[in-house]
Amino acid sequence: MSATAARVLPHEDSGTREHYLNVRYGLKSWLLTTDHKRIALLYLMSITAMFFVGGAFAVVMRLNLLTPEGQLVSAESYNKLFTMHGLIMVFFFLIPSIPAVLGNFLVPLMIGARDVALPKINLLSWYIFITGGTLALVSAITGGVDTGCTFYTPFSTTYSNTHVMPMAIGVFITGFSSILTGLNFIVTMHTMRAPGLTWFRMPLFLWSLYATSVIFVLGTPVLAISLLALGAERMFHVGIFDPNLGGDPLLFQHLFWFYSHPAVYVMILPGMGVVSEIIPCFARKRIFGYGFVAFSSVAIAVISFLVWGHHMFVSGQSVYAGLIFSVLSYLVAIPSAIKVFNWTSTLYKGTVTYETPMLYALGFIGLFTIGGLTGLFLAALAVDVHVHDTYFVIAHFHYIMVGGMVMAYLGGIHYWWPKISGRLYPEWWARLSALVVFLGFNLTFFPQFILGYLGMPRRYHAYPEEFQILNVMSTAGASILGVGYLIPLVYLAWSIRYGPPAPSNPWNATGLEWQTPSPPPTENFETTPVVTEEAYAYETRPLSYV
Amino acid sequence: MLSDLPLWPERASTFAVSVDYLFLFILVVCAFFAVLIFTLVLYLAIRYRRRTPEERATQIKNSLPLELVWTGVPICLAGVMFFWGAALFMRRTIVPPDAQDIYVVGKQWMWKLQHPEGPREIDELHVPVGRPFRLVMTSEDVIHDFFVPAFRLKQDVLPNRFTSLWFEATKTGRFHLFCSQYCGTNHARMGGWIYVLEPSDYQHWLSGAMGNESMTDSGAKLFTRLGCEGCHQSHDTERGPTLVGLYGKSVQLAGGETVTGDESYIEESILTPASKVTRGYTPIMPTFLGQIPPDDLFQLIVYIKSLNTPAMARRQP
Repeated sequence: MSATAARVLPHEDSGTREHYLNVRYGLKSWLLTTDHKRIALLYLMSITAMFFVGGAFAVVMRLNLLTPEGQLVSAESYNKLFTMHGLIMVFFFLIPSIPAVLGNFLVPLMIGARDVALPKINLLSWYIFITGGTLALVSAITGGVDTGCTFYTPFSTTYSNTHVMPMAIGVFITGFSSILTGLNFIVTMHTMRAPGLTWFRMPLFLWSLYATSVIFVLGTPVLAISLLALGAERMFHVGIFDPNLGGDPLLFQHLFWFYSHPAVYVMILPGMGVVSEIIPCFARKRIFGYGFVAFSSVAIAVISFLVWGHHMFVSGQSVYAGLIFSVLSYLVAIPSAIKVFNWTSTLYKGTVTYETPMLYALGFIGLFTIGGLTGLFLAALAVDVHVHDTYFVIAHFHYIMVGGMVMAYLGGIHYWWPKISGRLYPEWWARLSALVVFLGFNLTFFPQFILGYLGMPRRYHAYPEEFQILNVMSTAGASILGVGYLIPLVYLAWSIRYGPPAPSNPWNATGLEWQTPSPPPTENFETTPVVTEEAYAYETRPLSYV
Repeated sequence: MLSDLPLWPERASTFAVSVDYLFLFILVVCAFFAVLIFTLVLYLAIRYRRRTPEERATQIKNSLPLELVWTGVPICLAGVMFFWGAALFMRRTIVPPDAQDIYVVGKQWMWKLQHPEGPREIDELHVPVGRPFRLVMTSEDVIHDFFVPAFRLKQDVLPNRFTSLWFEATKTGRFHLFCSQYCGTNHARMGGWIYVLEPSDYQHWLSGAMGNESMTDSGAKLFTRLGCEGCHQSHDTERGPTLVGLYGKSVQLAGGETVTGDESYIEESILTPASKVTRGYTPIMPTFLGQIPPDDLFQLIVYIKSLNTPAMARRQP
C-alpha cells in the first residue's frame, strides 16, 4: 500500500480554485444557502452535536448501572436519561444521519445533477429539523421527559408529570423535515438523472435512499397523527388511549409502531447503501448480485410496513395477530440475509485493501450479522415472551443501529470526507479509531444479550446483585466506545485545516461524484456527465489509489 | 469472580424447558451462520488482499444458483423457527382445565395478589410445585408487565382490561418477579418474589395466611351492597338475566353475535353494560366505570363464577 506515501502530493490546488466552500463566506451565506452540499454540512454539524448530547446521556446511564443500587442518579433522573437518550439518538441523529448528511451531499452528485429538485424545500427541511431539535433540547433542559422514547399510553397522556408536550411537539415537527427530505430525493431521482443513468445503473446507495424516502413519506405522517392524538388526550382529555376516558391504550402502540418499525429500517437501509459502495471500491470489484441487493432494499421497505405487531406479542393483542406478525417478521429478515451474502461474495477474487472505510464496512458486516441473527430469537413467539422488554432487545437493536448504522455512517464519512472537505484524513488515526469503536462496541453490548436472557428488564435504574458483573463489563465497554467516537471528532476537525488536499478521486472509485473536483464546485459539474456503464465497473478503473 | 458470572437463568416451569430448547435451536443455527460469515469475510479479505500493485480482480457479476440457495435455506430455517415458536406460544394460551385462578392487580409500583381462598399478598406469590395456576390480571393505572424469568413467562397488564397467564412450577425455590413494562419512577422497584413450595408447605402457608374471608364471600357482600340482586336473581326476570351459570356459557347478544361469558365479558358488562346487551333485554343497567376498584371487581367476578355450582346458586335470592 504505497497509497499513504503518495498522499502528500497535492493533485490540485483547492485553495485557489472556486468551490462550494469558498464561493462565499459569512454566516448568512450558510444560513440562506440552497446548495445541497452546504445544507448537508449544516445537518452534519447539527446531528454531530446531537450525537454527543445523546451519547453523554448514555454515559451517565452506564455509570449509574455500575452498582446494583444505581447510586449515581435518582430513579427519576435515570428514567429521563434513557428517554432523552432514545429520543435524541433516534429522531435527531440516526434518522437524519446518512440520509440528511451523506444523502443530501451525494444524491445530486451521484446522479450528475446540479442540486436536488427542490433546493429551497431542502433548506426548509433543515430549519424544521432545527426547530424540532431546539424544542427537544428545551424540554431536556427545563426538566426532561420520563415516558420512555416510545411514549406508551396511558402513562404518557395521564400519569407522567414531566415535559411531555414540548418533546412530543419537537418530534412531531422534526418528522416534517424527514418527509420533505424523502420527497426531495424521490423527485430528484425520478427527474434529474444524467443522460445514460438508467435505474439499473444507479449506485446501490441511491436504491437504498429511495427505499428510505418511501418510508419517510408514507410512515412519518402516521407518527405525526399518533403524537397529535397523544397531545389531544394529554392537554384536552379527549379519550383516545386512556381507558378511563373511554380510550384504548393498545391503539397507541399500534399507531406508534406502524411508523416506528419502518423507521427502524430507515435507520439501517442507508447504512446498507453505504456499505454497498465501500466494499466494491476496496475490493476493486463489481458488487456481487446487483439486482438482488437493489431489490432487497425495496423488499425491506415494503415488508417493514407489515411487521409492527411484533413489538406487541405480549401486549394483549390477539394471539392470531401474533402469529401473522411472526411470519412476516421472519420474511423481512430474508432480504437482509441476501445482502450480507452478496457483500461477502463480493470479496471473492477481489484485490482487497484495508483503508478505514473498508474496516468500517467489514465491521458493519460482522455486527449487522449478529444484530440481524438475534432478531430471529425475537421473531420466535415463545422466545420473545421471555426476552421481550429485557436487555436482549437492547443489545439486538444497538447491534443494528450502533453496530450497523453508526459504523456505516462513520465508514461513509471517511469514504467521502475527501470529497466533502477537500482534505485527506490521517489514515493511521482513523484505522485506530475504527478498531477502538469495534472493540468497545462489542464489549458494551455483547454482555447485554446474556443479561437479557437471564431476565434483566430494560429501563431499570437498579437491578439484582447477580447481574452486576455483566453490567460492569458493559460500562467498561461504553467508556472505550466513547473514546473511539471522540478520536474521529478531533482528527477530522484537524484535517479541515491541516490535512493534505484531496484529489478529485482519491480512491479511484466509480461513480459520478468522483468525476468532479474535491471539493466540488457549487454547480457540481461543469458539463452534465453522460453515463455509459453500469455501476461499479471497477475493471475499467486504475488500480492504485492516490 | 468469573465463577460468579451467571450465564443461564434458572428453569422453574413446564414452559421454561421448552423455551430453552427452542432458544438453543435458534442459537445453534445463528452461531453456525455467524461463524460462517465471519470466517468467510476474514478468509476472503485476507486471501484476496492486494499483494502487488498490478494485481487485478476477477470480475464476477452474480450467480443465480447461489442467490437461490442463500434465499431458500434461510427461508426454510426461518419456517422451522416460526412453527416451533408458534406452537409453544399457542400452548401458552391454552389453559389447563384444572388450573386454579389467582387474581393480580398491578399499580404504581406494587403487585397486589389474592388467592380465591382469601389470602392476599403484596409483591409476593406463594404457589405449590406441580400444579397449574392461572393469573387473571389487571392494572389500576398504567400498563405493567408480570415477568418471571425462571418461568420464561411474561404478560402485559392493562388498565380496565383483563389479561391472563398460566404456569406450572416445576421446582421449589424463590424466583424473581419483575415488572417489565416501563411504568414510571419506581419501575425498577416494582417486583418481588415467587415462592414455589412443596404442596404440604403450601397448605401450611395457606392455613397460616387465612384470616381474610374468601373472595366468594366478600364478592357476595359486594353484590348485595351494590344492589346487583335487584335485577340479577336466580332466574331470568324482566329487568335482567340471571347470572347463575353465566360463567363459561355462550351468551346471545342483542346485536345477534354470541360471546363467551368469561372474566373479560363479565368485567365489560359491569363497567360498560351498554356495550354488549343480552338479547331480549333493554340497556337499563347503570355504568360502574370508575366506581369499582379492580380488587372489588375481582371479588364480584369470583362470586359470579361461583354461581355455577348448585350449592352457591341456591344462595341467590
